Amino acid sequence: MSTTTVEPGAAAPGPKTNRIGLTVIDYKGGKTTLCAGCGHNAISERIIEAMYEMGVEPEFVIKPSGIGCSSKTPAYFLSRSHSFNAVHGRMPSVATGAILANRKLVCIGVSGDGDTASIGVGQFVHLMRRNLPIIYIIEDNGVYGLTKGQFSATADLGSKLKSGVLNDLPPIDTCALAISLGATLVGRSFSGDKKQLNAMLKAAIAHKGTVMLDVVSPCVTFNDHEGSTKSYKYVKEHEEVLQEVSFVPHFEDINVEYEPGAAVDVTMHDGSRLHLRKLEEEYDATDKIRAITRLNEAHHKGEVLTGIFYVNPTAPSFIEMLNVVDQPLATLPDSMTRPGKEVLDAAMEELR
Amino acid sequence: MEKAIRKQFATKAKAANLNLAAAKAGFDYAKANLEKRGTFYIERMDKTAGKIIIDGNSAAALGCMFAGCTVVTWYPITPSSSLVESMIDYMKEYRIGPDGKATFAIVQAEDELAAIGMVIGAGWAGARSMTATAGPGISLMAEFAGLGYYVEVPGVIWDIQRVGPSTGLPTRTSQGDILSVAFLSHGDTKNIMLIPSSVDECFSMATDAFNLAEQFQTLVFVMSDLDLGMNNWMSDPFKYPETPIKRGKVLGKEDLDRLGGFARYKDVDGDGIGYRTLPGTSHTAAAYFARGSGHNEKAQYSERADDFENNMERLNRKFETARSFVPRPEITKGVNAKIGIIGYGTSHWGITESRDQLRDEYKIETDYLRLRAYPFTREVHEFVEQHEHVYMVEQNRDAQMLSLLKLDLKPELIGRLRSIAHISGLPLDARSITDELTSMEGK
Repeated sequence: MSTTTVEPGAAAPGPKTNRIGLTVIDYKGGKTTLCAGCGHNAISERIIEAMYEMGVEPEFVIKPSGIGCSSKTPAYFLSRSHSFNAVHGRMPSVATGAILANRKLVCIGVSGDGDTASIGVGQFVHLMRRNLPIIYIIEDNGVYGLTKGQFSATADLGSKLKSGVLNDLPPIDTCALAISLGATLVGRSFSGDKKQLNAMLKAAIAHKGTVMLDVVSPCVTFNDHEGSTKSYKYVKEHEEVLQEVSFVPHFEDINVEYEPGAAVDVTMHDGSRLHLRKLEEEYDATDKIRAITRLNEAHHKGEVLTGIFYVNPTAPSFIEMLNVVDQPLATLPDSMTRPGKEVLDAAMEELR
Repeated sequence: MEKAIRKQFATKAKAANLNLAAAKAGFDYAKANLEKRGTFYIERMDKTAGKIIIDGNSAAALGCMFAGCTVVTWYPITPSSSLVESMIDYMKEYRIGPDGKATFAIVQAEDELAAIGMVIGAGWAGARSMTATAGPGISLMAEFAGLGYYVEVPGVIWDIQRVGPSTGLPTRTSQGDILSVAFLSHGDTKNIMLIPSSVDECFSMATDAFNLAEQFQTLVFVMSDLDLGMNNWMSDPFKYPETPIKRGKVLGKEDLDRLGGFARYKDVDGDGIGYRTLPGTSHTAAAYFARGSGHNEKAQYSERADDFENNMERLNRKFETARSFVPRPEITKGVNAKIGIIGYGTSHWGITESRDQLRDEYKIETDYLRLRAYPFTREVHEFVEQHEHVYMVEQNRDAQMLSLLKLDLKPELIGRLRSIAHISGLPLDARSITDELTSMEGK
């Protein structure tokens, strides 16, 4: 199923616009400075598309990132959104603070495999526990690009560096980790799979809790050779697609009939529908334990398993749990943040 | 007494009754069996009428609530934990909106790195954000402190100083973090510090700290200590803050409509402070790219030597501007004094008593300057110029504030400085100051 967008401007001449009257150009960023063919550039393109198609107001998006090639990419999409290129491995805390300050923001955090699974694993696991409203993307190539090709903690056992060095430590599966810790929409995709990644990103935008997407994104300079398990060739040969993922936003009125049992329709928080056509009959994306078992199986078989592994659209988000006011805390008037003199008098009276 | 015991064991009726019974048994025994000897009698007086009793951490919590704080993140560490715990109580009582929802968010983070990261994220997005910590937490926050300084993000960090290095003496007091906080982080980072001496200042400096953080778009550290933070002090009731909440240079949609755009790090006003925008501002020119890497006036990535140098010089200009805005020192004069004393924080109380001892026992008159902030204001330099000897009294081994002052003073004035430094872990007593000062004065 395709995800055609309602285009109010389609009948009129001029460029196509989305539901808030913006063109795709309004979602573009600066020119990339990454290597030609880098998977990260494709992911940036998909983010632009998804934000455009969902009609998200760019001024209400924030793009925090850590340090690394992946973390440079917020410069290459959504120039009209605020970015925060923070410190290595610690984007989750900066993103958390920003969302606490303004709950109206749509947060797309970009990290890499080193930034997440090596130096950043502490903040990553605690972010996953909170179900904060954030889209957390790992642009995962298994190596450090900026420092010229050392292994990261998502490199597979036995994967080989360009220099011939073999990785003899097991990888951290960020998806399994995220599911077991409490993230409520978790999937893996491949930077080269336009259709799947587009649908997953749109579902991510519609979701109200923590989304964790691990996007395998080959490094053409340091990790695209024979013996690497994160090369274009390896991923294409070993990819196992769990479901055909499609997404119908809440503002589109499309009804699609499927044979019962062959697919799962998940209604998202905003009324959008995430549609998962099963390629593995017994798989159930609402079952955490099944998801983690299947991910372990994939490691044993050497598969690059992609799809939505787990989704729970109704779990309370961190902001709901904190029971904060509906307005952004950042811009509350003084009358709401500085109690009156009678409050101080009462507090003083208690201390006499 | 019954009231005090009931308050202490408010949630434990059984423990309250047991303790009351024990207290009563003691009282009854004393009444029946003890005979009054000695010459002193107790007389009921009203010297404490109207006073309050509070610890510095609770006073700080109250102050932060009235300073309009909206985001608090923390990681428990002695002796700062009670500041945030107290804040949780106050905020739950007084900062719930009419719809029953909180006008604040308080989050216990996984460690101090995350706590300060959240402060910076929230400050960047426009909240009045803060955390509270102590020495080991300060060390962990070093990397993020540099990000706050260089990206220019407001935030308030309370350092309730305990005794270091390393884990040190977590339940004892010192002023041992002065130097490390002044320069916390690598590569030419400098931080504003406010230094309260009393519970009243813990309260009032909270508003100063948040205002300065937002006006100067930088982290502001409030340097309390365990003695002030965790012990109960008597005070006059706090006055309702007269200082308005100042949000600093923030451009909104209307400003951008008028200006057409802005350059985040451009020194438009000559004070080193640029204009910022908040995420969520509905204007196509509102966004900028905050980054800890090298940047130019427009917040674009830059490795150019002139961009880097200009930006660092502007940051320095901003720090110089802060000299005129931080709380000024408090100066108390003696009679024709040639000797000056500089102190700060809780050293104030020992110094005050010591000055009486010096006058009464040694006929030594002293002038006294109580520092309340770093960077040093004009008055500090003048004070050194006016005295033959200036004793810096502080509670650390290495004369940390003295070292900071040396960096600031004209070289010919440095020789006037003398150090009285204490590191027992106990609050500084007057006699130690008097003894050291008189010995150095050859008395």
